[in-house]
Amino acid sequence: MTLAVETTDLKVQLQLADGWFTVCDLSLLVPGRGVAALLPDGRQVALFRDRADRLYAVDNRDPFTGAAVLSRGLTGTHQGRPFVASPLLKQRFDLVTGECLDDASVRVAAYEVRAL
Amino acid sequence: MTATPGATPTIVLVGHGMVGQRFLEALAERGLTATHRVVVLCEEPRPAYDRVQLTSYFSGRTPEDLSLTDREFIRDHGIELRLGDPAETIDREARTVTARSGLVVDYDVLVLATGSYPFVPPVPNKDATGCFVYRTIEDLLAIEEYARTRATTGAVVGGGLLGLEAAGALKGLGLDAHIVEFAPRLMPVQVDDGGGAALLRTIRDMGLTVHTGVGTQEIVTDDSGAVTGMKLSDGSELATDMVVFSAGVRPRDQLARDAGLTVGERGGIAVDEQCRTVRDPHVFAIGECALAADGRVYGLVAPGYEQAETAAATIAADEAAFTGADLSTKLKLLGVDVASFGDAHGTTENCLDVVYSDSRAGLYKKLVIGADGTLLGGILVGDAEAYGTLRALTGSVPPVSPESLVLPATAGSGAQLGPSALPDEAIICSCHNVSKGTIRGAVTEHRCTTVPEVKKCTRAGTGCGSCVKVLGQLVDAELEASGVEVDKGLCGCFSQTREELYETVLALRVTSYRELLDRHGREGARGGDGCEVCKPAVGSIIASLAPTIGASGYVLEGEQAALQDTNDHFLANLQRNGSYSVVPRIPGGEIAPEKLIVIGEIARDFGLYTKITGGQRIDMFGARVEQLPLIWARLVDAGFESGHAYGKSLRTVKSCVGSTWCRYGVQDSVRMAIDLELRYRGLRSPHKLKSAVSGCARECAEAQSKDFGVIATSNGWNLYVGGNGGATPRHADLLAQDLSDAELIRLIDRFLMFYIRTADRLERTSTWLERIPGGLEHVRDVVVHDSLGICDELEKLMRAHVAHYRDEWAETVNDPEKLARFVSFVNAPDTPDPVVSFVPERDQIKPDLPLLNIGLRPADDVLEGSAQR
Repeated sequence: MTLAVETTDLKVQLQLADGWFTVCDLSLLVPGRGVAALLPDGRQVALFRDRADRLYAVDNRDPFTGAAVLSRGLTGTHQGRPFVASPLLKQRFDLVTGECLDDASVRVAAYEVRAL
Repeated sequence: MTATPGATPTIVLVGHGMVGQRFLEALAERGLTATHRVVVLCEEPRPAYDRVQLTSYFSGRTPEDLSLTDREFIRDHGIELRLGDPAETIDREARTVTARSGLVVDYDVLVLATGSYPFVPPVPNKDATGCFVYRTIEDLLAIEEYARTRATTGAVVGGGLLGLEAAGALKGLGLDAHIVEFAPRLMPVQVDDGGGAALLRTIRDMGLTVHTGVGTQEIVTDDSGAVTGMKLSDGSELATDMVVFSAGVRPRDQLARDAGLTVGERGGIAVDEQCRTVRDPHVFAIGECALAADGRVYGLVAPGYEQAETAAATIAADEAAFTGADLSTKLKLLGVDVASFGDAHGTTENCLDVVYSDSRAGLYKKLVIGADGTLLGGILVGDAEAYGTLRALTGSVPPVSPESLVLPATAGSGAQLGPSALPDEAIICSCHNVSKGTIRGAVTEHRCTTVPEVKKCTRAGTGCGSCVKVLGQLVDAELEASGVEVDKGLCGCFSQTREELYETVLALRVTSYRELLDRHGREGARGGDGCEVCKPAVGSIIASLAPTIGASGYVLEGEQAALQDTNDHFLANLQRNGSYSVVPRIPGGEIAPEKLIVIGEIARDFGLYTKITGGQRIDMFGARVEQLPLIWARLVDAGFESGHAYGKSLRTVKSCVGSTWCRYGVQDSVRMAIDLELRYRGLRSPHKLKSAVSGCARECAEAQSKDFGVIATSNGWNLYVGGNGGATPRHADLLAQDLSDAELIRLIDRFLMFYIRTADRLERTSTWLERIPGGLEHVRDVVVHDSLGICDELEKLMRAHVAHYRDEWAETVNDPEKLARFVSFVNAPDTPDPVVSFVPERDQIKPDLPLLNIGLRPADDVLEGSAQR
């Protein structure tokens, strides 16, 4: 999670094992909604932008159903923690840590993300 | 083989039904499972399940859903549960039980909870192929199989509680169902002639055929020995493909008889007030197999639970006694409320009846009042809303006149006597014997603040569930009384109800969610990102009012896009593997062949799975995100538009063919259905809206199960509101009769806008009607008599909606910027999501579900644990 300045030509980048991976233009992210990105190794990441222009990235696959849909969930703030609610069965995931707010034993991978 | 006798004393339980399970829980609560070895011999192949809710199997509950046993409980308490291994003999002298498997268990205490078996009258051919009983999950599975493969007609012998449930189940399986009852009325034990008559009319209206006052003389079979009919005592013959016997139950006491224990004349293992058998202090009997000390065999679960508690207490050397139980019952049979309590049949000397009967509405309510004004009992058919309060008042003089307790609230003079009027000792939950005082204590002393907490703390409401409503009212009242403010706010972000937010948005012309949150949200939520509850709710309010407050009515415009649930955001319905389904609007269910062909071609070209919906249209499944705009473009080209199957908005207006084709039709129901669907299409509301128009009183369009339903009369139209199908069916209420076309539309305009204005989030019209103060009568006052003077405004809001309607699909396919969102991957727009994959089934596709299991899914135990929420 990084604070991003509102400029149109910024690129969204993800921290992967072998360095920063450029995903797309920042302008493609609508505040409050997500998009899905495909990583070189086939994994999928859900990217979000909140109203304060902070960026988040978690694994796109909903661990409760197996479907790659977290990028299509609704986002929000719960006790100061940003979250996305799965569009299928509505479990909420902390966007910073990937932890499921409704079941502490479940979590999704979270990624470092920046706009540069 | 003999089980090793340990140093610890052994309790053997024979039978693992509802009462047996409750006995095990009582043992655990008293710490007896720690000090004793506990062995359970169970005949059925599955552990204890909820036999009371057995019929709900046919409405989709699985045997797993019905289970009352959690594996951890059995494991954690070291209980040896042996399924499919019933006890066969008891040697009381040696104190051993032998099971079918040959296992011999020594016991110090033996508890018989063998339950009962269905009584099958001794008629010829009673065991023919196609004859069933209705007692276990296995019986239901067998009935289902036979009904699906070999039967079109089914008869149930017995018109009691289970008989009616069985008949309803047969009807639900698509059979022409008959009920044969020997007594002159249905449910002869629970209700009197008046109640039986009300019940009979309602059940007949549901399409079941009832034969009362006739007995079954013989089952008729064909050459192969399969049922073809039955001969009745009035000389008639009823053709049927299957017979379900549900003519009562008898205690299962053979094991006890063989062991030389005393049984009653009409069966039942005789026990004392401690539930100990009268002949052997080491043996107990509980539940339906026991003949209690008061000389009765109790066939209800609540007394069985009480016996289980008594036996466990006695084994723990505590004092307890079962001296008899209340036979009050409240049921929902085939959607009809039936309740009886106390001295329902008025057997007390000098007692008097107060009766309210409305045959048209299928209502019958009777109270039995003692000479001194004491409420002794009663019967409620069709509306058992007051059951919880009335049963608890039984034995006392009610604080208001008895007639006001049975008059419907809508009659104007009905008393709204809430549970606050009850004394503390009144029993609220009779399954677990929980008094009002205990429930209040849970709130005041144990600091419970919600119904689920109180349920957990007191067990109230965890049995049959009929008291949950009263429970909720009590918890709210107690919280308010103790100064805890009951938070009626929409969610953690807003302290206002949906209705209050609607008024705010309308009055202040708020067109932005952020503005609403930052100005009117809770302190801590302002400036934040809201949540998944309030965002769609506010999005819906803004969309409903869009033309009036000057917002864009297009749900993907600007900030609105971020508020929509995923279905609204993608204008399609998300399915389990991440693909979508697409439903074009087919107004009134009327479609020309050319358009049918277009749908077929599109489905074929995109490889979609097609299914006819219950709302008279066609659903196409399996579309990937990136295919949606391509599919819409072809549909829009062919003259289709969005069917809003994804939105909390008008879905469909079903119709029958009406007077144009049908020889019975009295009005053109298709034309009216099309007019209504086109008028209200796209209207965002607190929940989905369904409608139907029937061309005559035969009601083929099922309008009375809709949010607003219209039935033709020879003079015009009758308007029904608040109906529902689904999990909690509700028959719609008649709002107004014999309306002209214009009157009908004006009234629906007002009704819908009043609902949109005042309902809670995700509250269907059926629950809304039951919740709002004054109910139907209030709604009628407002929308028919304009008692609040708002009808002009309601009509104006609807006119604005109608004038500004635009098709969301067309708008989206014509907007390149919006189209860019319809990709699986932002960085690989041409790559489809590899998880969305399909395999063939019955000449179509279905999701490749095993594919979903690969990958980062957590271990199975994690899934199980989380699935229970």
